[in-house]
Amino acid sequence: MATAKKKTIRSIPQERTPMPEQPPLVRARNFEEVARGYRLEDAQREAERCLQCPDEPCVRGCPVGIDIPGFIKKITEGHYAGAYAVITDTNLLPSVCGRVCPQENQCEGVCTVGEPDTRLEPVAIGRLERFVGDMAIAEGWENRPYIERTGFRVGVVGAGPAGMACAADMAKAGCEVVVYDALHTPGGVLKYGIPDFRLPNTVIDAEIRKLERLGVRFECNTLVGRLFTIEQMLTEMGFDAVFIGTGAGYPSFMGIPGESLNGVLSANELLTRCNLMRARDFPNFDTPLQPGKHVAVIGAGNTAMDALRVSLRLGAESVRCVYRRSRAEAPARVEELHHAEEEGVDFHWLTSPVEILGGADNAVRALRCVRMELGEPDASGRRRPVVVPGSEFEFETDMVVFAIGTNANPILGQTAKLKLDARGYIATDENLATSMLGVWAGGDIVTGAATVIQAMGAGRRAARAMKAYLGLRDSQNALEPAEDGSLFGIPRAEHGYARLHLAN
Amino acid sequence: MSAADSASGFRIVAREDYSDVTYMLEVAHPQMARAARPGQFVIVMDQEHGERIPLTIADFDRERGTVTLVIQAVGKTTREMQATLKAGDSLYAMVGPMGIPSHIGAAKKVVCVGGGLGVAPVYPQARAYKESGAYVIGVIGFRNQSLMFWRDKFAAVCDELIICTDDGSAGIKGLVTEGIAQAIARHPDIDEVVAIGPPVMMRGCAEATRPHGIKTMVSLNPVMVDGTGMCGGCRVKVGEQVKFACVDGPDFDGHQVDFADLMSRLVRYRRAETDALVRWQEGCRIREGDTAALKQAVLGAAAGPASKT
Repeated sequence: MATAKKKTIRSIPQERTPMPEQPPLVRARNFEEVARGYRLEDAQREAERCLQCPDEPCVRGCPVGIDIPGFIKKITEGHYAGAYAVITDTNLLPSVCGRVCPQENQCEGVCTVGEPDTRLEPVAIGRLERFVGDMAIAEGWENRPYIERTGFRVGVVGAGPAGMACAADMAKAGCEVVVYDALHTPGGVLKYGIPDFRLPNTVIDAEIRKLERLGVRFECNTLVGRLFTIEQMLTEMGFDAVFIGTGAGYPSFMGIPGESLNGVLSANELLTRCNLMRARDFPNFDTPLQPGKHVAVIGAGNTAMDALRVSLRLGAESVRCVYRRSRAEAPARVEELHHAEEEGVDFHWLTSPVEILGGADNAVRALRCVRMELGEPDASGRRRPVVVPGSEFEFETDMVVFAIGTNANPILGQTAKLKLDARGYIATDENLATSMLGVWAGGDIVTGAATVIQAMGAGRRAARAMKAYLGLRDSQNALEPAEDGSLFGIPRAEHGYARLHLAN
Repeated sequence: MSAADSASGFRIVAREDYSDVTYMLEVAHPQMARAARPGQFVIVMDQEHGERIPLTIADFDRERGTVTLVIQAVGKTTREMQATLKAGDSLYAMVGPMGIPSHIGAAKKVVCVGGGLGVAPVYPQARAYKESGAYVIGVIGFRNQSLMFWRDKFAAVCDELIICTDDGSAGIKGLVTEGIAQAIARHPDIDEVVAIGPPVMMRGCAEATRPHGIKTMVSLNPVMVDGTGMCGGCRVKVGEQVKFACVDGPDFDGHQVDFADLMSRLVRYRRAETDALVRWQEGCRIREGDTAALKQAVLGAAAGPASKT
């Protein structure tokens, strides 16, 4: 290749390449994907914005450590399959992660181009990752490593992001991997939670088929803990190691009056009915959903944004977001908030519900709220919302959706002798090993609700520990010298010496 | 094996119809037959576009490797299953056993009450109590004799069996609460009552035992989607607490359950469910109508000349 002229912060395209999107008011009424994805020229232009800086802060910012400058360089060279190979060295699901990772807090958050003094936006790493992943699906590329069978059997509980990531790594390491899931289809939260307009099911299915081609077997309709226990997996079923990635589940409610009225539901129920069970296509699909005309969603995290935007698409006339803090404290990704605002969601910041009022047939009629103001910072460092006295007011609504977080799913705690932490999540050490020998756990069932990529990172971390436990070679553990330069305890000065024993 | 194949189905090995609305499916699932305990339930989908419906396990046979479901055709899905499924067919999905198994304690004398369809799910508990050495009094109730099923099966695991029908066409005339009253009158030393059936019947049973202070367990079957604690649709009020029937139950203390809340939440999707049923029935009628019209046309043509005679 011709020697490229060294890029500088002023020689690269200054503006971040915009993502082609459906117009807000059109997309707010359909379930098609909002962000259409970069075209070839978009990707080329954006890839040029990467400085290929030697520092590579983005790689450290990525929970799974993708060689980001490496794959972007391949894009600039027009070698897209090469870019795909670089990504899939560390991440098997680029089309998923490119869409749902909170890049602004990860790779893009630390990108050199986006440093404050440059006054530029960071390289759109997520969009480029998605571009490469989608192209691979369209072109049928695969990064199929040579797999040498080890004879070890690994069981994975939960076919969500944590389980999929762990399964991929263990399959590549030559283990026979079976992934169990209680639902009738694999994918976990990617299927039941994240709506199609953010992550189409076709993309998830394509990624799952890749895992199957690595030799991973998915067994759905299997409730581990009840159909068989973790202990049985390790004994009579002959698994050498088990990974638990069952997710948090168990949605929270506030405990205010009126929560059992008809029309009050968790975001999980709304999203599961709409996404997984396709109630939005009722009656072609049998699962019902009584869509609200005036919907109030409580909470302002990513799940709340999904519930709000799903409600719009189900045909609601008004959709309100009710959150007790202000926009600045909202846990949702900025991009998601922005999308919801564009689509016409009505945000009620500094507002907290106190009662759900019912009408005829025990159906929701209105939501009574109080106004809040921000006081002193609390334990989370965010300013604590306090009630403004005498500020009570109500508005009419026929559907109230709680998106205020989840608690630990109790099933494995009920059925296995696993040590749990005080909140009921599975207790692990730093390598994600549980209290039971041969059993690891990761994702939301360990940390509580987090992100897809964090769950995938946990699945991979557990896989590394599993490989060490099974005595498998781990290509991730590159042979690196210790801090003092010694290798295998041999000082650097001795490297390269081979002692010759000469025959006399 | 692909993801789709893993849901390729759960084979129905036997079907029996107990009445116009009640039918039994015996489904092959050796692993589940081994794991199932009294009081647990399954979630089934009859077809790929189907809904997930919870059904209490009515019986399990570890030797045959089957679980038995007794189903009442009430909504679109259960009627479609009644109309289409036969031995040799498969269910699209079946997952379980779900829920915490019933606690078969050290009770010496128990009353197992089944109302209507509830007779089926209470049977494994009656059998388990019998096997544990308890004195089991069965109380089973139906609207009338023609709806009665499992009488002999139930009698085989009970030391006493009281049959109640609304119209007196079998056993005593009256509701199961009448049967409970008789049992309590005869046996002052009842340790526990287990009641399964429609919510209004379970509430009646709980009220019948409350003055006597007899522990009464009921099995709740609210609307649920996943059955693994994830959707929260099945939340019920028990005492001061909110519980998820799928993972915290389905058995709860009947004296603590807020039945009014349960009943109002059961009809949450009534409007959509009715729409679906009406639409499905219309579809059936149109199909039937087509065949009838076709039949008539064919027969009419064939019988044309002869019809003069």
